[in-house]
Amino acid sequence: MSSDTLAVRDTLPADAGQPFLEVKDLHVHFPTDDGLVKAVDGLDFTLARGQTIGIVGESGSGKSVASLAILGLHRRSKARLSGQILLDGEDLLTVSDQRIRSLRGNQMAMVFQDPLSALHPYYTIGNQIVEAYRIHNSVSKDVARKRAIEMLDRVGIPNPNHRVDQYPHEFSGGMRQRAMIAMALVNDPKLLIADEPTTALDVTIQAQILDLMKDLQKEFGSAIIIITHDLGVVANVADDIIVMYGGKCVEKGSVDEVFYTPQHPYTWGLLASMPRLDKVRSDRLDPIPGNPPSLINLPSGCAFNPRCAHRSEVEGDLCRTQVPDLLEVRPGQSARCHIDAARRTDLYAEISGQKQIPVQDQSSGQKT
Amino acid sequence: MLYYIIRRCIAAVLMLVVISIVTFGIFYGGPTDPARLTCGKNCTPASIAANRHALGLDKPVPVQYANFMKGLVSARTFPDDPAFAKANPDKVTHCPAPCLGYSPLETKLVTDIVKERLPVTLSISLGAFVIWIVLGVGLGIIAALKRGRWQDRGIVAVSLVFYSFPAFFIALLMYNYLSTQWQLLPPPNYVSVFQDPVGWFSGLLLPWFSLAALFAAGYVRLTRAYMLETMSEDYLRTARAKGLNERTIIFKHTLRAALTPIVTVAGLDLGGLFAGAAITETVFNFQGLGRAVVTSVQVFDLPVIVALVLVAAFFIVMANLVVDVLYGVIDPRVRLA
Repeated sequence: MSSDTLAVRDTLPADAGQPFLEVKDLHVHFPTDDGLVKAVDGLDFTLARGQTIGIVGESGSGKSVASLAILGLHRRSKARLSGQILLDGEDLLTVSDQRIRSLRGNQMAMVFQDPLSALHPYYTIGNQIVEAYRIHNSVSKDVARKRAIEMLDRVGIPNPNHRVDQYPHEFSGGMRQRAMIAMALVNDPKLLIADEPTTALDVTIQAQILDLMKDLQKEFGSAIIIITHDLGVVANVADDIIVMYGGKCVEKGSVDEVFYTPQHPYTWGLLASMPRLDKVRSDRLDPIPGNPPSLINLPSGCAFNPRCAHRSEVEGDLCRTQVPDLLEVRPGQSARCHIDAARRTDLYAEISGQKQIPVQDQSSGQKT
Repeated sequence: MLYYIIRRCIAAVLMLVVISIVTFGIFYGGPTDPARLTCGKNCTPASIAANRHALGLDKPVPVQYANFMKGLVSARTFPDDPAFAKANPDKVTHCPAPCLGYSPLETKLVTDIVKERLPVTLSISLGAFVIWIVLGVGLGIIAALKRGRWQDRGIVAVSLVFYSFPAFFIALLMYNYLSTQWQLLPPPNYVSVFQDPVGWFSGLLLPWFSLAALFAAGYVRLTRAYMLETMSEDYLRTARAKGLNERTIIFKHTLRAALTPIVTVAGLDLGGLFAGAAITETVFNFQGLGRAVVTSVQVFDLPVIVALVLVAAFFIVMANLVVDVLYGVIDPRVRLA
């Protein structure tokens, strides 16, 4: 993995090591009749070209909202955004609408979750790709069409000359997603955001799509943000991970660090709740008890505290009264937890040594 | 796509045949006596019998039906009796194809009646159609885009008012105020477009607006609803993510998707109108097909009634066919069906 990224870096311009995308203290709040929905409440991360970052979290953790904020797809009348999103030094939250429209689909592109509903049913795939190309490049329709066929070929769609004139409903699920990727990459964007790109696909197709994205990243040198709730996907493609909970980042680090030495009880829960094919099959799966929090009425203090099995590790009522800061555990890895870092390492060693957490501790979701 | 069209055409033809059989059966095979009804006021049994013979009603109903259908492609004579024709050549009426029958009350071939009145109805319908589509769909789009704001509420309120009034009421109101009193619109009058285009246009303005008002109100609500439904679709978000400007998104992407149900309804409404905008024609005293239907029912002129029912059915079936085909053109997913 590291030699691959080094190879990419060699071919990029001199500032390749500089973060291409910097998100600083991003807040996305939606004022509603029921209250203020704090979908994203203080998110920071950086991303360099040729790198992939995975944003992981349950439904309602704010991951999609954050990515839509980067593309500027929230209606200003309905959402309140603050913070900074620096794309190659330009703050996307302060630029004009026209500027951000010229960047969308051009420098930064997005691949959506369900390709059948994300593609217009009335226009051919070729038409839609040509449209994406011609918005940002004044070329003739023939040139654009050739480009569309070329892109379809690059993403591995067989017989692209014929397929380019077909409608989305005439493609299979995996091919539709490939076509979406072709459409997103047609203008060689420097940033690609993939919002649950494989959730609607079966596992074998999923693997193909992920391989495709990795190959295209090597070829184009784009920065990729992949948003998913599937840890397997993240382990496959990402260099770094952000774990989001309740609108905040609760853990951040490289994939190896987070998977092998996770530092947050929520991450422990996520890793433990994955069904494993290689371990002895235990009687029950290990879910995290409880439900994701309401973004209008977040629990006071640490948002995860009602579901955390390790509150007793912290003195007094700190978990319930104070929101923990995102503190660096080692260079590149941070976690947002009141439990002492060294104690956490020990705790995780204890937990991961066990195959199964006893049943009584799961049922109430309260302090164990 | 071609197979889709061919299948629909065959279905349309079959439908027309079935409708013609049912209509014929109801009127000529039913309990009413066409000869008696078409006799007029002073009826003697002899004249009824003569009528019956002249109209060919003494033959069995299926034979009458066969003659009617044959008449659509070849000429007929009334009475259909060669002996009579030889004896009294001047009392025989020739009816060239397509022959829709003969009306003793108006002493005219029904085909001629239709030929005279169809342009009137077409003029009223098409003009009103253009106005109500432009107004209705246009205002509906505005209302959908400005949802919740004063433009939206205003448009919806006004359309509700117009929608609630009966057609004749709006027609009379407009006639009285817009034309007679305030003289904003010229008085309604029909002249053929070939004779006097300007006169044709100005004489039809009032009926156009009065007929369009009612339909436009409905179309505002329809367009607004379908636009709002389409505006929440995912593919619009993709279009925005590509960097498209709002205007392209509204007109190219959203409207095309919202258009399918609107096109369907518009086609059917127009087809129904070709059969005769009865109320509008009556209020403004235009001699169109709708007016013909009303008067022929009042005097029980059966051949005319039957022919007009079939003409109406023809237009509606054709409208359905066109709409079905258009639907396939707009929405490619339908073509597989």
